[in-house]
Amino acid sequence: MPGIQRTGPVKNKRGSNTQSQPAKVAATKLAKASTKKKDEDDGTEMGDGTDEWMQRKTLIKPPDQLDLTEAELKEEFTRILTANNPHAPENIVRYSFKELLYQRTGSIDQLATHFMLEGNLLHQDSDEARRQKARQGYPEGMVPIATEAKEEKPDTLQAEVEEVMEEGGSEDRSDSVQHKGGKPEQKQTNQFNFIERGSKTLNNPLRQMGCQTEPPPRANFSATANQWVIYDAYVEELQKQENNKEKQRASMKKEEGKSKKKTMLVETQSDDITKFRKVTKIVERMVIQNTFDDIAQDFKYFEDASDEFRQQEGTLLPLWKFQYDKVKGLAVTSLCWNQRYKDLFGVGLGSYDFTKQGHGMLLFYSLKNSTFPEYFYTTSSGIMCLDIHPNLSHLVAVGFYNGCVAVYNLKEKSIQPLYTSTAMSGMLTQPVWQVKWQKDDMDNNHNFFSVSSDGRVVSWTLVKNEMVFTDIVKLAVGDSVTGGLEGLQLPNPACGTSFDFHKEVDYLFLVGTEEGKIYKCSKAYSSQFLDTYDGHHMAVDAVRWNHFHPKVFISCSADWTIKIWDHTVRTPMFTFDLNSAVGDVAWSPYSSTVFAAVTTDGKVHVFDLNINKYEAICHQPVVAKKTKLTHIEFHPVYPIIIVGDDRGCVTSLKLSPNLRKKPKEKKRQELPEGPEVEIAKMEKLLNLLQDPDNSSLG
Amino acid sequence: MAEVEETLKRIQSQKGVQGIIIINAEGIPIKSTLDNSSTVQYAGLLHQLVMKTRSTVRDLDPQNDLTFLRVRSKKNEIMIAPDKDYFLIVIQNPSD
Repeated sequence: MPGIQRTGPVKNKRGSNTQSQPAKVAATKLAKASTKKKDEDDGTEMGDGTDEWMQRKTLIKPPDQLDLTEAELKEEFTRILTANNPHAPENIVRYSFKELLYQRTGSIDQLATHFMLEGNLLHQDSDEARRQKARQGYPEGMVPIATEAKEEKPDTLQAEVEEVMEEGGSEDRSDSVQHKGGKPEQKQTNQFNFIERGSKTLNNPLRQMGCQTEPPPRANFSATANQWVIYDAYVEELQKQENNKEKQRASMKKEEGKSKKKTMLVETQSDDITKFRKVTKIVERMVIQNTFDDIAQDFKYFEDASDEFRQQEGTLLPLWKFQYDKVKGLAVTSLCWNQRYKDLFGVGLGSYDFTKQGHGMLLFYSLKNSTFPEYFYTTSSGIMCLDIHPNLSHLVAVGFYNGCVAVYNLKEKSIQPLYTSTAMSGMLTQPVWQVKWQKDDMDNNHNFFSVSSDGRVVSWTLVKNEMVFTDIVKLAVGDSVTGGLEGLQLPNPACGTSFDFHKEVDYLFLVGTEEGKIYKCSKAYSSQFLDTYDGHHMAVDAVRWNHFHPKVFISCSADWTIKIWDHTVRTPMFTFDLNSAVGDVAWSPYSSTVFAAVTTDGKVHVFDLNINKYEAICHQPVVAKKTKLTHIEFHPVYPIIIVGDDRGCVTSLKLSPNLRKKPKEKKRQELPEGPEVEIAKMEKLLNLLQDPDNSSLG
Repeated sequence: MAEVEETLKRIQSQKGVQGIIIINAEGIPIKSTLDNSSTVQYAGLLHQLVMKTRSTVRDLDPQNDLTFLRVRSKKNEIMIAPDKDYFLIVIQNPSD
């Protein structure tokens, strides 16, 4: 509704637009009052008629009427009449798809529709009109008068319907009528009310989703594929397979599996230590090789050139000296080379002095390291003899001063021997002077023999965890007073001090005794000797069979003599007097006529019967004065000998070429016939001996 | 372990031995009797040399392996004994 705005001063109405209500009330009241009074503004219900009526100037104000001053009351308000639609919104904002934002519509439609009526008049030329005409059947152009035309038609329902239809103007029925009319249809757009409006389906907002995984960790790898890398890989594979197989077998038996696990653990713990050990050993040897470089060179290459000038004599070149701190006070009682490892030899230490019996030691030295032994064992009793098994070089048989025998296993790291004989298992009551390994018996058990001062030659067999002993021979002192000697408790009982087994004839062996006799015995006969040789006046320190000649053996004794025998003859073949007690004698492994002996005055004597039948071709003091030499051994391969003394020191010496001569009879045939030539040599000598009785040769 | 310590002491007491170094498979010195800078230098250089040598030996015959290596120079000799996880180096002046 357009607002009627008044101009001019408003007397009666003081309120603003906000006060329209009281103004209207006032207006109505004014209308009423105007019948009575014109000027009065009678808006409230308060009025007593007369009082208010009398007081013209007192205006009745509604209680919430705005109080204005006179000036303000006289203020003129101008009101303008415009054609604006007061109800039209002033700020329409539409979303513009072109600019994709909300935009204020510039011009706002001010049209206000008060009344609207949709008519049903059709333009006669419009499509709809034509359709209707067609329906009615009139030709185009004519202006049909609806009602008259219909009266002319037959009064059918259709006509009535047509009337209704014309008035109503609905299209649905017209369609069907048109169809009947037969005219082609056209989809006709409504001329008046047609609005084309497009709509859009809701588009789902596009979203992009990406995901990224963490980059896989990378590492640079480089390696070279050498032949050995490939080889190592294969070896590892093999080992793994073997381990798996073992595990499978072990899983069958639970106990074994557990024990293997234990061993595995132990290995890993001790791995570091053992690996260090090996490496440090190697380095130590290298350092020592450097330190003792000249000795090593001599050992290998030095040949005394001056031997050419010395006609028959030779010399001994001192090489290494093996000493160990802890063996002071002990004497070397036995030496033995290891057959398998050519640089290893064993030293047994004890004491020959009966009054000073203490502990003993078993040492193993290698030529590669002369400062420190490879293995060492401390024993409670002095060691008197030792022997290394010729085949199983880790087994060492040891005889003690207290009559015990023991077998050590070098492979094991324990200090204790593998087997020990105790009082129960046949310990001998007297010191054991010699032990020797024998071939395995029929049950493949290892066994060794021992000889001791109580006159028994005992065979010890290693059966599983213990040693079993059997007495082989009991040495009875030949003819005379047996009971007396056995009954008497002499400090030096007259019994076996050394023995040796024949190289070829296995059951034959020799025993040397304290009283100087040598007995030839057989393993088969336990009480009887095969033969007796009246050898020496004093104890026989050593008897040795010749390596080559089957009949010859040598013996030495404290009576300063060395004697060479033919076991078929009861008298010695050769006798040598050395001016000093002979500690030990040994045949050389390379010649049947060369042997060496050591004496208590510190000298080494080397004899070659082929060259000189009566004298030594070399006798040389080897150790300091007052040191007695106790034992000697030839190296099986190298031209060196080791000698032990009573200070616990072992010295190695190299034999000069003169001492190593082999007869140059037939050069070509010499080597393959080595042993036979040696035998022949010996034979010749023996024959010569027998001949001097008959001939004039001396 | 004590045995190893003893052996090392003995080596150290041999005449002319200047120092002993033990290095692990990666070339890091574990134990040494020389000063730090020398140790590190020796370790670094010799490690490579030993690897190369070992590779050479094994390449020629995979079943073979390096036992030890000696480098003799005018002034001294360096001896190296390799193992699977360790190297032991000894420097000696043999003419002292």
